[in-house]
Amino acid sequence: MTAPGTTVVTGLGVAAPTGLGLDAYWRATLAGHNGIGRITRFDPSSYPARLAGEITGFNAEDHLPSRLLPQTDRMTRIALVSADWAFADAGVVPGELPDYDVGVITASHSGGFEFGQNELKALWSKGGQYVSAYQSFAWFYAVNSGQISIRNGLRGPSSVVVSDQAGGLDAVAQARRQIRKGTRLVISGAVDASICPWGWVAQLAGGRLSGGDDPGSAYLPFDERARGHVPGEGGALLVLEDAEHARARGAAKIYGEIAGYASTVDPKPGSGRIPGLHKAIELALADAGAEPAEIDVVFADAAGIPELDRVEAEAITAVFGAHGVPVTAPKTMTGRLYSGAAPLDLAAAFLSLRDGVIPPTIGSSAAADYRLDLVTDAPRPAVLRTALVLARGAGGFNSAMVVRGTPETH
Amino acid sequence: MTAGERRRVVITGIGVTAPGGFGTKSFWDLLTDGRTATRRISLFDASTFRSQIAAEVDFDAELSGLTPQEIRRMDRAAQFAVVTAREAVADSGLEFAALDPYRTGVTIGSAVGATMSLDQEYRTVSDDGRLELVDYAYAVPHLYNHLVPSSFATEVAWAVGAEGPATVVSTGCTSGLDAIGYAAEILREGSADVMVAGATDAPISPITVACFDAIQATTPRNDDPAHASRPFDASRNGFVLGEGAAVFVLEELGRARARGAKIYAEVAGHASRSNAFHMTGLRPDGKEMAEAIRVALDEAGVNGTEIDYINAHGSGTKQNDRHETAAFKRSLGEHARRTPVSSIKSMVGHSLGAIGSIEVAASVLAITHDVVPPTANLPNPAPESDQAYVPLTARDHKTDVVLSVGSGFGGFQSAVVLTNPFRSGQ
Repeated sequence: MTAPGTTVVTGLGVAAPTGLGLDAYWRATLAGHNGIGRITRFDPSSYPARLAGEITGFNAEDHLPSRLLPQTDRMTRIALVSADWAFADAGVVPGELPDYDVGVITASHSGGFEFGQNELKALWSKGGQYVSAYQSFAWFYAVNSGQISIRNGLRGPSSVVVSDQAGGLDAVAQARRQIRKGTRLVISGAVDASICPWGWVAQLAGGRLSGGDDPGSAYLPFDERARGHVPGEGGALLVLEDAEHARARGAAKIYGEIAGYASTVDPKPGSGRIPGLHKAIELALADAGAEPAEIDVVFADAAGIPELDRVEAEAITAVFGAHGVPVTAPKTMTGRLYSGAAPLDLAAAFLSLRDGVIPPTIGSSAAADYRLDLVTDAPRPAVLRTALVLARGAGGFNSAMVVRGTPETH
Repeated sequence: MTAGERRRVVITGIGVTAPGGFGTKSFWDLLTDGRTATRRISLFDASTFRSQIAAEVDFDAELSGLTPQEIRRMDRAAQFAVVTAREAVADSGLEFAALDPYRTGVTIGSAVGATMSLDQEYRTVSDDGRLELVDYAYAVPHLYNHLVPSSFATEVAWAVGAEGPATVVSTGCTSGLDAIGYAAEILREGSADVMVAGATDAPISPITVACFDAIQATTPRNDDPAHASRPFDASRNGFVLGEGAAVFVLEELGRARARGAKIYAEVAGHASRSNAFHMTGLRPDGKEMAEAIRVALDEAGVNGTEIDYINAHGSGTKQNDRHETAAFKRSLGEHARRTPVSSIKSMVGHSLGAIGSIEVAASVLAITHDVVPPTANLPNPAPESDQAYVPLTARDHKTDVVLSVGSGFGGFQSAVVLTNPFRSGQ
């Protein structure tokens, strides 16, 4: 039995470079398919990074009414379709639930940046009167929550958080807060896409992109050869429900529970204080009422930057001991999806718990001195009840979430 | 924990950076004098745009205490946030260095992030749109900070020494209310002891002006900037863009009392609902805002008839006035007509994500001083606007309970209830 106020996940909608839709994504993930390749959206040859995890085969017009297309950025279109998939997976027609009982809380990273690029180009090359009437909302950070709410008639609590690449977990945590306050159902998570020249240059300025040209070795978190990450596009939306509500409506499946969460932000560089990831893990475990030994797998943030990999490895070993828990980073197959990365990891974690298998980290061999039990090469079967998902963002955001599977679904 | 035992959240420090002055005191003086800070745009040449006016902050980053490196790496909105947070921290009398950093958090609202910097940097890397493949070699080193506005939360966290929960809340023009609601929830659930929360925006850039021109949301009253922001007036024809920030120190009541803090007000309730209707449009019935008001009052344990003052969204558009008036009547009934209502956007403009927090500052100061700020530029209320708008001149008025509301693109409708925790009967 779950305690009152328990927040469960009853639907998943995912869009990833390795697959559109939950089943396609999960099959590709267990098969270790690499979705990273040379950028096709624009010619990347003049830039110091040229690889990305692009979603291929997504035709918005197959899924969305044509009137939505001129007013939406690519990331919003993918988010709208992912939301449709999540509701369908949950067996929920949100419009049939009472007004105000369903909310939407997403994370964003850089908004509809490609849409913004096109309008900035119109403004500066032609003039202000050429800027789209949709610019006022199509690029901004709140757009996905707004559009999902409109498409699905969601009038409940709605919000948007931005905490770089940790925001996806913060959104889900905020959704859990609303469910605890009485909202029955919240769709939450994030989808990001900003693979356009202007977005690329802004990301390059962050100094964390891998310059490699070989998709198999460009993003190697925890590896001695780690030299940056590869960005990608996509993410996941999760249907979160109050457990009682899910049971009362006869939800066909309950993937599991959002059991614990915490977040911290690193001290100012040069302060001499230690990074906050370790603390975030401890607090998330305490929030879940879980001992470290109960965690069966860690989905790592996996920065792919040696200093940051070291911080994460030290935090994990400090809590779980050397080689104390299986660690994996399936995002090595997709690239880092910005705010979409952590929700996609949550989806992967719930599928791992369901199927009793840990997806692999591809390409990487963990450097020995990190003392991690990194799951590499092939999926690892395991008895899994509880997973920890970590996400970090530039500027020092650290978020940690503990999820538990539902034994009866095994 | 039951609702009766829940932790109560109070405001113990205020910082404001608003058009027309500098700091909280000059902000309050402007409001109570009924002066307007709207003028022709000076931040760039706006002569080719439909709307050429805004409420600008006369901001000098260096005089405001920022170092050259801080100035270089931060967008104007981030600079506002940091300077304003420092004012709030100083005002709170709380020694942040002595706090447990993991129990101190930051929530900053912003609707449009580092728009000014992104606009400027795009011009350079694209050579005014000539280059489709924009030139990496011309990018400034801190461009990533502008790409992702969560850098605002990081900067404030660094400035105050917070290492607990930190995020940016970006719900369009309700960001400033929702950031405070978000921070209050974190304090109530016990994830932090102190939150530095508020909102900032600095949107007065060509791209923002152009995008509001395109939908005629802003006023074209360029010949009379001082009287251009006219919420509820029969001649209103769009909002006036603004900029600024307001940041607060929030603490749990018992903790604030124990340290003998000056307690301005309690953040007693917050709720946000969506209209699920249109990204920029508002339904005339105000149903979802009324629901947000109802839920926020319920959370505050306050009856609608106890509201002494309503700080309106009052953006100065016809659709807002119709929507908001309907929402007040639907949620508060006859009390809506009796209660003083005003829109400070008539004086400081509409600073998008920041304004909600700036309006909370005005609401809190109304409680502190028992003075209700006026609605400037309101000689002739529109026929459908039939509430008590406190036109032109501030009014002395015993104020213990304030409702502040906002509407945002995306369909967001939010309400915050602020109370004097020491009012009689408490």
